[in-house]
Amino acid sequence: MSEVIATNQTILVVGGGIAGMTAALEAAECGKQVILVEKNPSVGGRVGQLYKYFPKLCHPKCGLEINLRRMKANRNLRLLTMTEVTAVTGEAGNYQVSLRTQPRYVTENCTACGECARAVEAEFDNEHNFGLGKRKGAYLPYSLAYPMRYVLDPRIIGTDDATRAKEACKYDAIDLDMQPQETQITVGAIIWATGWRPYDAARIQPYGYDRFANVITSVEFERMADPHGPTGGKLLRPSDGKEAKNVAFIQCAGSRDRNHLKHCSRICCMATLKQTTYLRDKYGDDFKASVYYIDIRAIDRIDDFYQKVRADENVSFIKSKVASITEDRETGNPVLNGVDTEGYHRYSNPHDLVVLAIGMEPSVPAGEFPVDVVLNEEGFVQQDEANGAFFAAGCSSDALDVNRAVQNATASALRAIQVVNRVAGTEV
Amino acid sequence: MSDYNQQMIEQFRGNFLKEVESNVEEGEWVKMCMQCGVCSGSCPFGPHWAHPPQEIFMMIREGEREQVLTSDSMWMCTSCYNCIVRCPRGLPITHIMHGLATYAKRLGLAPKEQPTAKFAQLFWDNLTKTGRVNELKLGLALYFMNGFSEGIKTSLKMKDIGLGMWKTKRLNPMEMVGGHSCKDTKGLQAILAKAQEIEDAKIGRSGA
Ligand SMILES: Cc1cc2nc3c(=O)[nH]c(=O)nc-3n(C[C@H](O)[C@H](O)[C@H](O)COP(=O)(O)OP(=O)(O)OC[C@H]3O[C@@H](n4cnc5c(N)ncnc54)[C@H](O)[C@@H]3O)c2cc1C
Ligand code: SF4
Ligand code: SF4
Repeated sequence: MSEVIATNQTILVVGGGIAGMTAALEAAECGKQVILVEKNPSVGGRVGQLYKYFPKLCHPKCGLEINLRRMKANRNLRLLTMTEVTAVTGEAGNYQVSLRTQPRYVTENCTACGECARAVEAEFDNEHNFGLGKRKGAYLPYSLAYPMRYVLDPRIIGTDDATRAKEACKYDAIDLDMQPQETQITVGAIIWATGWRPYDAARIQPYGYDRFANVITSVEFERMADPHGPTGGKLLRPSDGKEAKNVAFIQCAGSRDRNHLKHCSRICCMATLKQTTYLRDKYGDDFKASVYYIDIRAIDRIDDFYQKVRADENVSFIKSKVASITEDRETGNPVLNGVDTEGYHRYSNPHDLVVLAIGMEPSVPAGEFPVDVVLNEEGFVQQDEANGAFFAAGCSSDALDVNRAVQNATASALRAIQVVNRVAGTEV
Repeated sequence: MSDYNQQMIEQFRGNFLKEVESNVEEGEWVKMCMQCGVCSGSCPFGPHWAHPPQEIFMMIREGEREQVLTSDSMWMCTSCYNCIVRCPRGLPITHIMHGLATYAKRLGLAPKEQPTAKFAQLFWDNLTKTGRVNELKLGLALYFMNGFSEGIKTSLKMKDIGLGMWKTKRLNPMEMVGGHSCKDTKGLQAILAKAQEIEDAKIGRSGA
């Protein structure tokens, strides 16, 4: 890695999801020096794991691609992947930040030809697909990765696979001696955009995510629907690989619940409505979707989308929080048990597959921030003067959809710009 | 209908939610229910009650005083605590159920022939007499709860269990005459009388 030059007029953005990319680009395009650090080998964040975006149902690729083009074109923006912030000291306008970069073992010479992956034998769970399916020990994180460069899994270093990968590379892009690097930089403001992670579904004990193969989460369903995903875009039951045509969606799985996340995760109602359209797309009229809900929270302009899905005769809405899931051993069908609120009818409904509309929690838990920050009860970063020039963007500030995450990121970029402008003013 | 019931009807004038909030143990939680239905679906009694908890809470808000208080639903609760564990709003549902049952009983509205209510009374009368539960008398009282011939039938059916308990010294036939008691039965009864007095004063029923 070449020298990283930064001053107290530089803005550091942590997290390269849609929010971090946006904040970094807005600031860089205003002429500010920006360093964007991302802990994964590629930017893109969770949006890269979606099949389609609501409300327009376009592919996330478009949104990401525009940002990537802006990034390539901008000389004020410096991207460091596989990098995390380990410590922060100082104050607004003058922070000392320690970064640690993990070795990728692949240099800028990589053309993404994929020869190394073909040579390597070892396989690991594919994290991009939430562990559904495997990837090689030398891999491209996903088809739209940026930088478009392969990575060697550290678990193959020192094995024959590593040597095989190195020998297979025609461009001499593999450097097995790369070491973790520590870097110290000075920056004027920090934008924290580390995003969200799905709540641990196994903790919702009555739903048996850890016991029943055919109970999955909404993020896994999103990967299944993707033609580049683990099932090639087929909606298959994990237990027997049969097509899932009678699918139940359980809303507020882990959200709005004192035993789990207290907040409403805001996007999961829309995510489910969107996912019912995946079923229609794949099967035409030959499917059945059942949405079990407390109340549907399709906010403001998104209500049109809700009305459209409501009008679909193959989608039914059951006003009830499912009490428990059991399994029909013979068929592998999950059976949903509960009582509905409109009439108090007791039901035990079998389905092919159950999708838990899983809640969003901050990806960095309280206590793991490299600096003291004011968090709210749910662990999201508060807008608070005590945070100095440390501003949250996107889902590290709240459960947000892409639209709101991006708006919020732009606002944070502006706040950070104000700080570095102040620094510049006092230094002239 | 008791005077106390009449008094409460006048005091709360159709605002049953408020009445529950002030007079029922944990009643102030009722308004927190968001009608998700998890409690009803989690109750092992399944379809056997007239109104599952979620519905009872809605009926309270709707002001269906009579239907709630005379219902046998609260008496069906077995205190398994499944609902409390799962309620996303943290309502102490089991406690509210017992609170409602107690309140209905005080008002004189509890269903007369409901077996759990009847058994609760038998148990209480049995216990307070001597300060010790007389298993034999309690068991027999339970068998004969629904009349003499019914009682004989049940006793015969249970005979082997009774014998087994006797053999393993879990049941003493001598209990039929007198039976064991705590050291100071009189003292215990005085305590209970005082407790009743305090409770009556608290709910504004003194002298009633
Ligand atoms: C099932 C599902 C479907 C959805 N569908 C839609 C949809 O159709 N339309 C829509 O608008 N929204 C949708 N969303 C919401 C959408 O995913 C979020 O709005 C979006 O991901 C927010 O972006 P972000 O940049 O704030 O966070 P993220 O996407 O989480 O990005 C955070 C980035 O920070 C990085 N990072 C994390 N920790 C660190 C660290 N310590 N150091 C450095 N980097 C770090 C991560 O690797 C990641 O790249 C959906 C959500 C779910 C759960
Ligand atoms: S958005 Fe919908 S499913 Fe998600 S927590 Fe809120 S109400 Fe529940
Ligand atoms: S589980 Fe709690 S919130 Fe849900 S209906 Fe029952 S009491 Fe109400």
